Amino acid sequence: MTSVAHMPVPLRQSQAPGFKAALEVDLRLLAMVLAVVAVWVGFDLLTGGIFLTARNLWNLAVQTSVVGIMATGMVLVIVTRHIDLSVGSILGCVGMVMAVLQAHILPVGAGWNWIVSVAAGLALAGLIGAVQGWWVAYRGVPSFIVTLGGLLIFRGLAWSMTEGQTVAPLDETFQLLGGGLLGSIGAVWSWVVGGVGIAAVIAKAILGRRRRDAYGFMQRPIWAELLVAGVAIMAIIGFISVMNAYNRPRTEIAQGIPIPVLILIATAVLMSALAKVTRFGRYVFAIGGNPEASALAGINTRLVVLSVFALMGLLAGIAGAIQTARLNAGANSTGELLELSVIAAAVIGGTSLAGGTGTISGAIVGAVFMQSLQSGMVLLGLPTPMQNVVIGLVLVLAVWIDNSFQRRRL
Amino acid sequence: MIGLAMDDRPTGQPADRGVPLVEMRNISIQFGGIKAVDDVSVDLYPGEVVALLGHNGAGKSTLIKILSGAYRLSGGEILIDGEPSVIQSPRDAKMLGIETIYQTLALAENIDAPGNLFLGREITTRWGTLDDAAMEHATRQAIAELNPNFTRIKEPVKNLSGGQRQSVAIARALYFNARILIMDEPTAALGPHETRQVADLILRLKAKGIGIFLISHDIHDVFDLADRISVMKNGKLVGTVRTTDVTQDDVLGMIILGKRPTMGT
Repeated sequence: MTSVAHMPVPLRQSQAPGFKAALEVDLRLLAMVLAVVAVWVGFDLLTGGIFLTARNLWNLAVQTSVVGIMATGMVLVIVTRHIDLSVGSILGCVGMVMAVLQAHILPVGAGWNWIVSVAAGLALAGLIGAVQGWWVAYRGVPSFIVTLGGLLIFRGLAWSMTEGQTVAPLDETFQLLGGGLLGSIGAVWSWVVGGVGIAAVIAKAILGRRRRDAYGFMQRPIWAELLVAGVAIMAIIGFISVMNAYNRPRTEIAQGIPIPVLILIATAVLMSALAKVTRFGRYVFAIGGNPEASALAGINTRLVVLSVFALMGLLAGIAGAIQTARLNAGANSTGELLELSVIAAAVIGGTSLAGGTGTISGAIVGAVFMQSLQSGMVLLGLPTPMQNVVIGLVLVLAVWIDNSFQRRRL
Repeated sequence: MIGLAMDDRPTGQPADRGVPLVEMRNISIQFGGIKAVDDVSVDLYPGEVVALLGHNGAGKSTLIKILSGAYRLSGGEILIDGEPSVIQSPRDAKMLGIETIYQTLALAENIDAPGNLFLGREITTRWGTLDDAAMEHATRQAIAELNPNFTRIKEPVKNLSGGQRQSVAIARALYFNARILIMDEPTAALGPHETRQVADLILRLKAKGIGIFLISHDIHDVFDLADRISVMKNGKLVGTVRTTDVTQDDVLGMIILGKRPTMGT
């Protein structure tokens, strides 16, 4: 072993920034995106061109939304050195509550039915998360145990509400949350969303430069700024085009962005902002890096941890609404084993189980990666047990590759 | 305070220097059934350096963590500027102008220098979001005063050297205009050059009227810097002496034997 401690430390600031440094791009995220592209191209070749069609990509986006939404919360949970094994069960339980409210308790057909049932479900989901967080933060029970208990408890409660019977059909407006045939916003609104996204990319670049100028900080070279913004804008245009290229079956009407995907995008943007530009987000990462130091700095670490679990519960509730709407039924098995896909998405997306590191964008890419594998294997006609074998292997390999990559950089 | 008889004052305290910045009176703390600190009284005046000496486990760090708000006392009282003060959390202590540089530095390793310097006291924009540019700017200035060679401001502190990490911890304590500074083994992890820098810094802060508690297990680190030395052993105060009145061997005797030296030999 050579001693790392005595190696000369490169003085990066004193040299002109290299190509990679100038771009300030998250290399790990870039590697992830390249891995997704490789998987897509691979499956497209194997399936004879079925994978990279607008229809399949549109479906892939819808399928990613449930895991993606929950993965954004799981990042924060894992960053604080905890885990939440109960998200699949919360999703199922809360979905069941929404279904029962809609079909059995609230007046069927009332315009406000779906709003009240979803609001009640989300409130319950947040409460469940908060209670679990309280056990973890204030009672010191390891999160693994608390949420393992939650996994059993909420799955059992989902069953007991109807003694295992499936609740269907559900409110028609509610069904739109799941995507489905009518659950998209159409071509025009999709371009509006894309336009807002492009404007945000440009505004962020300009405002960022202005701020750094105000303090006389070093700017990244203008070509790098343009390249990064340009790639982001191209990605937005490409995404909207694909979503609009898929028509409703037997019509010429473009689907556009499915509503669950829109919810995923909104969630990802809000969660990214929460993680990066709020005190709360800063404290989440500080606690993950050094819990004692965070407490000594005056942070209410227990309240932050409780809030992270409450937020995770709320996100599981949102995912529950989408999944239940998509099935158009409340079933007690909805979301079974989904906690594993969510944790895998976060970890493949670069969230370290040791705590302190992870990004929302990485988790989204991780979710896309996982879902792409699954979708591709379905298209290839691989039986479900073999799909699990592949996903299990890929999970272990991905984390191993990431670990060795990180170690080499140190 | 003025009416107190000389005998009631903690020993070694000058009688004519007005109100002390800090007075910790008859402080006790228990963990389970064990008294980690037992009836200890120490005080600190403006512009003074008081060293707290003792073996590992003597109770120095515990005593000081009561002052910095990390632990709550089980008995005794704390006076700041002569006023009885309740310190129940690190936030309370900071409000009173008490800043601490911990032996472990207490940095979040995954966060950069500005993030650590402002941890718990972030600068926000008018939208309530973190103003990272303002914090980076302030950190660059604060660090430049302490350590001009330190420019990797935006890197997670785990990538920094021991001296640079120490600079971050010191900058954090000084940035918010501390009046009372607690330094727990400030030079334990440093080389000779950096140790000298810390010593210079202590003298500069002292000249500004800041009161400093200096905690160490090694008398050689602090004898030249301290005005007074309080020695602890097994959770109890052995005694407080002025450095001008004693030799290093006297203090060493206090640390090892737990007895006050016979004065005036």
